[in-house]
Amino acid sequence: MGDKLETVTPTEAQLKARRNRNIAIAIALVVFVILVYVSSIVRLGPTLLNRPM
Amino acid sequence: MALVEKDSYEATSFQLSEATASDYLALLKPRVMSLVVFTAFVGMLAAPVPLNPMLAVTAIICIAVGAGASGALNMWYDADIDAVMSRTKTRPIPAGKVTGGEALGFGLVLSAMSVLTLGVFVNWVAGSLLAFTIFFYAVIYTMWLKRWTPQNIVIGGAAGSFPPMIGWAAATGSISLESVILFLIIFLWTPPHFWALALFKSGDYEVAGIPMMPNVAGEESTRRQIFAYALLVAVVGVLPWYFGFASFAYGVVALALGAGFIWYSWKVLSMSPQDSSMRPAKALFGFSLLYLFGIFAAYLVDSVVARFLLAAGA
Repeated sequence: MGDKLETVTPTEAQLKARRNRNIAIAIALVVFVILVYVSSIVRLGPTLLNRPM
Repeated sequence: MALVEKDSYEATSFQLSEATASDYLALLKPRVMSLVVFTAFVGMLAAPVPLNPMLAVTAIICIAVGAGASGALNMWYDADIDAVMSRTKTRPIPAGKVTGGEALGFGLVLSAMSVLTLGVFVNWVAGSLLAFTIFFYAVIYTMWLKRWTPQNIVIGGAAGSFPPMIGWAAATGSISLESVILFLIIFLWTPPHFWALALFKSGDYEVAGIPMMPNVAGEESTRRQIFAYALLVAVVGVLPWYFGFASFAYGVVALALGAGFIWYSWKVLSMSPQDSSMRPAKALFGFSLLYLFGIFAAYLVDSVVARFLLAAGA
């Protein structure tokens, strides 16, 4: 207790690279979600929306 | 007493990554990927069963990502030899941009995701073939054959030959003679393509200790084998016409391309042993890329035209 937590301070280049990677991951995730969504609808067809109560 | 000794993670040994998305993209071998996408696309479109366009897009993305993932696994395992070869020393791992562990994780996650997505949304025959392709390239070729035998790219070439078969399986859910012939075209094309490269890059492979054919059997034997494979490629190239899967027009194009392949291989076979510029080998390497693109493009156009004529006549 009392010890100051040691952290790493990223350099400007590291922050820039991290931001670049984050944007790429976000784009990849969005593409994957769209792919799964559209493929599900194509595979299951109209029955996907047919949910009798 | 601390659970983790401070000295065990010296500031010099720990560094935040400076890798960008393009470094990770380079791990996927985009140029190889483009050939994989093209041949898979041809296999898919030539299949007699039309695939829903959206599922076709899904399948192509999965095949591309799966092929890329196997490239990342290859770069993880081969980082040591990539570092000493002029052609590969700027790859992300030897260049110090991505760590081996990061490449391994990236490759494994993408492999699993691509196979599962292809299996669930398209079909499991295609998914299984993609899984086998990744396994074959990463384990059988990279980890086993590449450093062990000069036949490495002959057997390992199967990994690069599967994409049209996966494309075909994505559409039909099966494997047939047509897709086996497409497989064979790439399979028999791979040795002369890579041995032409190995002839003018043999120094590189020697330094890295990779038993490529020119280093092990000598240049003369390699040139003879290149010619023999060129003959086989030329014959297999016209098989789709011979079996009636493609038109006479395709047969003519395949014959012309095959004759070109034999001609360039003959130039390699007959080049002087003192020819250090290796111009015929470089020319064959360039033509081999043109050959593969040309023959698959011809098959694609032929299939599309045949389907169009059938629809117009019906």
